[in-house]
Amino acid sequence: MLVVRVLGTLAILLVLSIIVFSMLHLAPGDIVKNLLGNRASSPEAIAAIRAQYNLDQPLYMQYLIWLGNALTGDFGQSIRLQDSVSNVIGSRLGITAALSGLAFLLALVVAVPLGVQSAVRSGSWIDRFATGFGIVGLSAPTFAVGLLLLYVFAFYVPIFPVYGAGDGGLDTLWHLVLPAVTLALGLGAIILKLTRTAMLRELETDYVTFGRARGLPDRQVHLIALRNAAIPIVTGASLVLTFLVGGTVLAETTFALPGLGTLLQGSVLFKDIAVVQALTLLVAVTIATIALLADLAYIFLDPRIRAKESAQ
Amino acid sequence: MTAQVSVTALTIDGPAGVVVAPFDFSIAPGETLALIGESGSGKTLSAKAIAGLLPAGFTARGTIALSSATIELPSTDAVWRATRGRRISLLLQDPFTSLSPVHRCGTQIGMTIDAASATRLSRDERTARITRSLAEVNLPADVARAYPHELSGGMRQRVAIAAALATDPELLIADEPTTALDASNQGEILDLLRGLQEKRGMAALLISHDLGMVRGRAEHVLVMRHGEIVERGVTSSVLNAPSHPYTRALIDADPSLTDRSARVVRGASGAGVSGSAEAKATGTTADSTTVSVDATADLVVATAVTKSFGDKTVLHGVSITVGRGETVGVVGESGSGKTTIARCIAGLERESSGVIEFEGVALAPGRASRTPKQMQIVFQDPYSSLNPMISVGRSLKLALRVAGRPASDLNGLLQLVELPADFASKRPAELSGGQRQRIAIARALAVQPQLLICDESVSALDVSVQKQILDLLAKLRVDLGLSILFISHDLAVVRQLADRVYVLRNGNVVESGQCHDVLTSPQHPYTQSLVAASIHEAAPH
Repeated sequence: MLVVRVLGTLAILLVLSIIVFSMLHLAPGDIVKNLLGNRASSPEAIAAIRAQYNLDQPLYMQYLIWLGNALTGDFGQSIRLQDSVSNVIGSRLGITAALSGLAFLLALVVAVPLGVQSAVRSGSWIDRFATGFGIVGLSAPTFAVGLLLLYVFAFYVPIFPVYGAGDGGLDTLWHLVLPAVTLALGLGAIILKLTRTAMLRELETDYVTFGRARGLPDRQVHLIALRNAAIPIVTGASLVLTFLVGGTVLAETTFALPGLGTLLQGSVLFKDIAVVQALTLLVAVTIATIALLADLAYIFLDPRIRAKESAQ
Repeated sequence: MTAQVSVTALTIDGPAGVVVAPFDFSIAPGETLALIGESGSGKTLSAKAIAGLLPAGFTARGTIALSSATIELPSTDAVWRATRGRRISLLLQDPFTSLSPVHRCGTQIGMTIDAASATRLSRDERTARITRSLAEVNLPADVARAYPHELSGGMRQRVAIAAALATDPELLIADEPTTALDASNQGEILDLLRGLQEKRGMAALLISHDLGMVRGRAEHVLVMRHGEIVERGVTSSVLNAPSHPYTRALIDADPSLTDRSARVVRGASGAGVSGSAEAKATGTTADSTTVSVDATADLVVATAVTKSFGDKTVLHGVSITVGRGETVGVVGESGSGKTTIARCIAGLERESSGVIEFEGVALAPGRASRTPKQMQIVFQDPYSSLNPMISVGRSLKLALRVAGRPASDLNGLLQLVELPADFASKRPAELSGGQRQRIAIARALAVQPQLLICDESVSALDVSVQKQILDLLAKLRVDLGLSILFISHDLAVVRQLADRVYVLRNGNVVESGQCHDVLTSPQHPYTQSLVAASIHEAAPH
């Protein structure tokens, strides 16, 4: 069954690659002009572009050559930045990955324990605080939160830097704190809500009562419940993670971080098609991988699903 | 010899006043006290109060005196933490839900062991103690590696017992420990508990709604009704000479104590109906045997039906016939395939092979080939089969609309199931289990089906309510000329209603025939053991 799932993911990615490839041909305007950008359109240049993109070949050959190159990491040239697409993306990938990772980690570390406590002490002040936090986190737009945080923690109380990615290492981490918190607030709110709901349901079950009835410590009983609530939480977290990939654009813009989000924004505005293609494909692969990992996590988390998988 | 466990002036207050009136009891080491009552009587609340697990809104008063400690109720969390597991353990009703599905059985037993031991156990030591715990409940050591879903209901309850007793408590409270199990497992589990009790000198409080089960397995019995103890005494004298009318009624309503024994005795002696208890217990059921069954016209004929889920085959060519106006019982334990065959006939499962004919016409697998007027199904759990968000009247009107009947037929429908007209405005949450099941039956009958399929429709109900629903079905069958396919794990229930019976085991029909014949002279060893178990259960101890 595992094989089927991996093959399914690959099939989806293949279809997506066709759509991404078609972007070149579907983009409004003359294809050669789009690819030339603001370069002079001398006959030599046009001939060079036609040769580079194999525009004289039949369409399916163009796709196959493009796909073959893409698989080896060659997405062509960025006309805006006059560099190879892989270099352009490679130089920005790190900052976006660090930002997403940090935001996701922050969200998990705060939201899951808070969600558990909120369910265990349902109705207490901690529950009310968590509910309030959830509402704020869900309803506040990312850029507004970003601006607010900048105002408070970089302007009034200047502990964090205002913009940029820093000089690498700890300095970069320091620069990423505010944008990560900005992103984590929205993510955390969703994970918090999911954790609380899932935990409330588990705490009602017989096995929790039986655990208490035979004298297990509260902590252990809560862990049993959390382990059983893991599937909805993992599902939620994986969905949230895919949203995060899009959400970085806003945070990176607000905090002027040179990541993939700002790159995507600039490339779309500039019709830098090769970069847009590569980024779209990268996002698609990331999301498909996250979904696949979540599916695998179910098998790992629930022995009943495992049994069903191996029976088929 | 350790001192006995005694509970003094146990009282439970609910949001609207006292729900359980003060009562005392004491249990000697190794002995069992049975607390009998129907749902809503307060017996489960009493059990939870003694384990310190009352739901929010309820508080307990009174004193629990154990040999090692005395607990004044209401008590603090700290006291309960030191008490639960180590001194008092509570075993729950349903082994299908009381174990965590994602933890291995050994881990769950190990958790109890860790919780009660003062020092951190080594890995080997813990494994050894888990193995010992499993051996005590007659399970092999490799069960520790299994997840609950890999075990049968009886095995799961054994694991739960091992987990509950791993800390060697003084008092075990068992809340309906066998209600969710099949007849063949019930006795074994109770006898196992009894053996463990004697070995450890552990007192047990056995909560049950089933008087028959208590016979021979408890020294003393308390009968609780509406939060009050109405009768108490030595088990055999309470069962043989009850002084309170409620106890009398419970004994009368219990199929294992009256109908069951009376019929078996009658069958064995070949004599006719005798004794007022028999007549009273069967009531309208006795009349129903006079219903004319047109055996020449079969309504449903299922031939060689097989069904597999993945590589697991649950039906190996089952053939069942239901005649017009006939009531057919299908008996078997869980996993026998009895529910699957019912669902295949209803079109809720698609059979893998075989033919299901209705009035001589073969029906394709699945629901599309069936019309609502052909058949309707009444499920086991009346708590989940009705939509909690809409009123009973609205549920029934929806069903009437399906049948193209006017909404004004609503009152007639409620009358049919013997409920007053003002029930239409109630929501399911306001109704008792029996009333809900009546509504579920009314909803099924709204479309005037020819066949009513009852899948364990009375097994979630208390015995006295069970009897009322069986009487209702018997009456409906006469009044409406209904054919009924009645699925149950309980031989005693089936024999009250069915003309013919099929005994299912592991997806095969092992025996079938007229209900009376099968019960009085069972041919297959499995049927013999089922009948013998019911006689054993009913026999005076």
